[in-house]
Amino acid sequence: MTQNGSLVDELQRLEAQALTAVEEAASADALEEVRITFLGRKEGRISGILRRVGELEPEERPRVGAEANRIKSRLQEALDQRQAALEQASRSDSGELDLTLPGRRGWQGGRHPVTRVVDELVEIFRGLGFTRARGPEAETEWYNFEALNTPLDHPAADEQDTLYLKGGHLLRSHTSPVQVRVMEKHEPPIRVLAPGMVYRRDSYDATHTPGFAQLEGLAVDEGITFVDLKATLAEFARRYWGPGTRVRFRPSFFPFTEPSAEVDVKRVVRRADGTEEETDWLEIMGAGMVDPAVLEAAGIDPERYTGFAFGMGPGRIGLLKYGIPDLRLYLDNDIRFLQQFSDR
Amino acid sequence: MKVSYRWLRALAPELRATPEELAERLAELGFPVEAREDLAEGLEGLVVGRVLRVREHPNADRLRLCDVDPGNGETVQVVCGAPVIVEGGLYPFAPVGSTLPGGMELRKAKIRGETSHGMLCSEKELGLGPDAGGIMELEGELEPGLSLAEGLGLNDVRLDVEVTPNRPDLLSHRGVTREVAPGGEAGLALPDIPGEDPDAARFVDQVDAVLGSREASGDGITVRIEAPERCGAYLGLVVRGVRVGPSPGWLQTRLRAAGARPINNVVDATNYVLLELGHPLHAFDLDRIRDRTIVVRRADEGETIRTLDGAERALTPEMLAICDAERPVAVAGVMGGEDSEVDEGTSDVLLECALFTPGPIRATRKALGLSTDASYRFERGVDPEGLREAILRAARVIQATAGGEVQGPIVEVRAKPFSRTEVTLRPSRVESVLGVPFSGAELASLLEPLGFQVPGLPSESREKALRVQVPGFRSWDVSREVDLIEEVARTHGYDAFPDTLGAYRPGVVPDDPLFELEDALRARLVAQGLLEAHTLAFAPEGEVELLNPISAEEGYLRRWLLPALLGRVEYNLARGNRDVRLFELGTTFRSGRAGELPRESIHLGLVLHGRRRPRHWSHADEPVEVWDLKGLLEEVVATLATDRWRVISAAEAPDGSGALPASLMDEDVSLAVVDEDGRPVGRAGRIGAGHLDLPPWAGAVWGAEVALPATPAARREVRYVPLSTHPPVDRDLALLVPCTLPVAHVLELMKREGGEHLADLQVFDLYEGEGVPEGKRSVAVRLRFQAPDRTLNDQEVDARVDHLDRQLHHEMGVAIRGRDD
Repeated sequence: MTQNGSLVDELQRLEAQALTAVEEAASADALEEVRITFLGRKEGRISGILRRVGELEPEERPRVGAEANRIKSRLQEALDQRQAALEQASRSDSGELDLTLPGRRGWQGGRHPVTRVVDELVEIFRGLGFTRARGPEAETEWYNFEALNTPLDHPAADEQDTLYLKGGHLLRSHTSPVQVRVMEKHEPPIRVLAPGMVYRRDSYDATHTPGFAQLEGLAVDEGITFVDLKATLAEFARRYWGPGTRVRFRPSFFPFTEPSAEVDVKRVVRRADGTEEETDWLEIMGAGMVDPAVLEAAGIDPERYTGFAFGMGPGRIGLLKYGIPDLRLYLDNDIRFLQQFSDR
Repeated sequence: MKVSYRWLRALAPELRATPEELAERLAELGFPVEAREDLAEGLEGLVVGRVLRVREHPNADRLRLCDVDPGNGETVQVVCGAPVIVEGGLYPFAPVGSTLPGGMELRKAKIRGETSHGMLCSEKELGLGPDAGGIMELEGELEPGLSLAEGLGLNDVRLDVEVTPNRPDLLSHRGVTREVAPGGEAGLALPDIPGEDPDAARFVDQVDAVLGSREASGDGITVRIEAPERCGAYLGLVVRGVRVGPSPGWLQTRLRAAGARPINNVVDATNYVLLELGHPLHAFDLDRIRDRTIVVRRADEGETIRTLDGAERALTPEMLAICDAERPVAVAGVMGGEDSEVDEGTSDVLLECALFTPGPIRATRKALGLSTDASYRFERGVDPEGLREAILRAARVIQATAGGEVQGPIVEVRAKPFSRTEVTLRPSRVESVLGVPFSGAELASLLEPLGFQVPGLPSESREKALRVQVPGFRSWDVSREVDLIEEVARTHGYDAFPDTLGAYRPGVVPDDPLFELEDALRARLVAQGLLEAHTLAFAPEGEVELLNPISAEEGYLRRWLLPALLGRVEYNLARGNRDVRLFELGTTFRSGRAGELPRESIHLGLVLHGRRRPRHWSHADEPVEVWDLKGLLEEVVATLATDRWRVISAAEAPDGSGALPASLMDEDVSLAVVDEDGRPVGRAGRIGAGHLDLPPWAGAVWGAEVALPATPAARREVRYVPLSTHPPVDRDLALLVPCTLPVAHVLELMKREGGEHLADLQVFDLYEGEGVPEGKRSVAVRLRFQAPDRTLNDQEVDARVDHLDRQLHHEMGVAIRGRDD
């Protein structure tokens, strides 16, 4: 019993020693020496132990034998591996291995360019205290128009040609309905972003597709002013388009904000020769102070609270940012196109 | 709105800005100029020439020789083929060296032996009209040598101003001028009408009105409003004895410059006023108005009218009609009727200027599919104050261009007189919305140039509220305090407000967990080398149908993502992109309960085709196979539901996966995802060849679609598990598993029965064939045992393996190879 235990113990100690010796062998010759030391048929140390098996009780012999076999095969495996490694090393030393050959890589995955833009925008606004909210893509006329101070019989309801569903509902023509849904559910202070798909009855061309991404923003609290709107969006623009970016606010009209603004940026871009130049003014979003009628429709006291809202098209921003000439490329999903925006 | 730069300047004598400056100013005010068109373009170098003498060409019957004075002191000879050239007449002249709008450069030429030093031009040659027959005659007292553009009144620029739907007052030259003129409203004046007799003008301006609330009569006509809810006011005025014919040059030029087409002097006069003041007017031939009575009423069912465009139109009681004693003579606010049209035979004209309710005009315009300059303005709202001014101005233009006589009075029916709205404006509220303080006086000085009136002395105070009177032309968009605040911000200039970021309270709305789940899925799939695709929500079939789809192929909202993604596989393969690994996160739609919104669910779809790994010189290409798909699916499920959902063989899945595109998959290689309650929430597998249109070299296409949970599971909390410092004991076992028994069941049993120290269990080989009994497969597994606190000894590991052996045999009839039973 003790004998048996001690033989197995001895074998396991040998195993550990042998594995260390294999790792440390620095040449093919040294490795061969290790092999002979441990596995040699006559002088090998494992053989030496096995010769003592005869001293054991017959019923204990198979266990020692099995352990010895396991160790032998494990050791042989380690020897083979080490030998291969040594051979490879010597080949590369002698110039046989051409390391200019390409390495082995995995597939190149990537987010869609529009998602990429949305994520970048969200990241910046997250830094300005905003979180994300969502609403349905199929909407009621109430949320898409009326709650947003847009009577159905006013031409403003025509500005975006709406896709209707059988049964009276519609596909939202902007992400602004989420404003109302959020305000109905939450008390100020509110600072949310609503990225999502919107739909309009536009034919496909370079600058239109009947569905596209939009990103809505809404801030409602006591004391929010037009200055906060300008400051927040100018800060966003500089963080996204670069510190030298100029920002311009032009009056505009949206039924659900008043005053309303179009926001343009003029970026500084680096030319191929290293010099810098300013782009033309680029229209990047619509914005404004939330119309009191919208606050009221959502159950928020417009005398106490004010707010601002903005909306932009990440797809369009992608066109400007990446120099993509045609919105339809987003929907073709050509692998070669998508890979250009991959995350590596 | 297309505006003529010259017309704007005629309305505001002080306006000195160049067209470029005006365009910039309009953009700053919120009305960007979409296009700027130089009307003189192409006419450079062409001048007004006077023909002094006309002679026969000695060598050609149809040609003549003209001596032309081009204004530079020299008389030149020009060969001309036109039949009518009047000595002393003024004509467009293209001298040698100039270029015609068509690009032809003029050189000195010999025509049948006579030298021609330039060319007299027809309308067509100048690109100004269709008339190619004769040389264009120039009107007015022009000096030879004057640039032709100036001579034709074409030294003008047409600005296409984008007017937002809240500002109908800008659909006129006067409205646009008011925004940009120095001094605003105070700097405006109506331009003189060329050729007008000052006495006649004075007389017309003094014409009186006869007023009625439902009906009024005068000057031989009667006007009655039977639908006062649709028509706030109707004014009629008669001009007798006109001579209908082409308008004089100045009027045609002005209309053309604003993008309108001249018709005849009477119609042109009404269009002139429309473009100048924004009031749509209509001119009837009075003799064709039966009983000389105008009745404004809803059309009767079955009534029809042939409108000016020649179309026969059926009217309904929802539409307002302008009728005479018997029948409709115009669709109110949209278009007049052909029967009462003014033409060459007209002698007496009845002018209409009215105020219609916008909403129903819009409905009528939509129902008839007929949008006109008039309907465009009426549905946005015309100035309720300016009706008399407009009708009188039209009468004056008619008198000046078509003759005739205005007797008056204006017959005016109006339910109640217009009174200006008064809106309170608190400086404190201005500051709380705009963030910058303004005094009462400052506010007044910003609003008054726009035509708002602020009675009382302007106050320096920032407390005292202002009472602001809204002029009629702004009554449609300004009725609340905030509407005035916008005007304050706009006229103050958005750029003048600071943009320094102040403190803010963070929002209370938590980040939506579904977005976070989408982020996690995207990150995981991107790391697995998949590219994200975007497709639109339209499909040729589905549960939710569109009322006005773009095409039949896009007539429904999609139930699944996979069909469109497979389309993207086809698209890429057709372009030689062989390795396609796409995923999409998108909304799918099912019908909702009656009257409710459709049910939306975010799905994840993914498709795979091509090689498992990018091509590399060190290994042979292998195609994607089911294990790649299943592995991805397992990763997706792990991200989605933190181990509560399972991926199983579709054969094991319960029915009821109707929301999932099971029919696309080949039955023999098909997987299902089930949620914690065993409900199917996802399908995956090899796409049946019948669902794809692929090139012959294409391989198998794999697809998966999983519905995301509406409320994502809470993220698994990560807890540290101490690492054992004691060596593990490994045991490799070869199991003989009946082919009918899912290996997953075997593995589950082993995990369950493996004891607390079973740290890991891996399948590392699968073998069927020689040496393995028929109907069985050999599954090699490696078990790793490890205890946290001690080294396990062989006996206890052996005992556990023996236990597993017995349980496998007992419960499943699975034997461990090489072990005697």
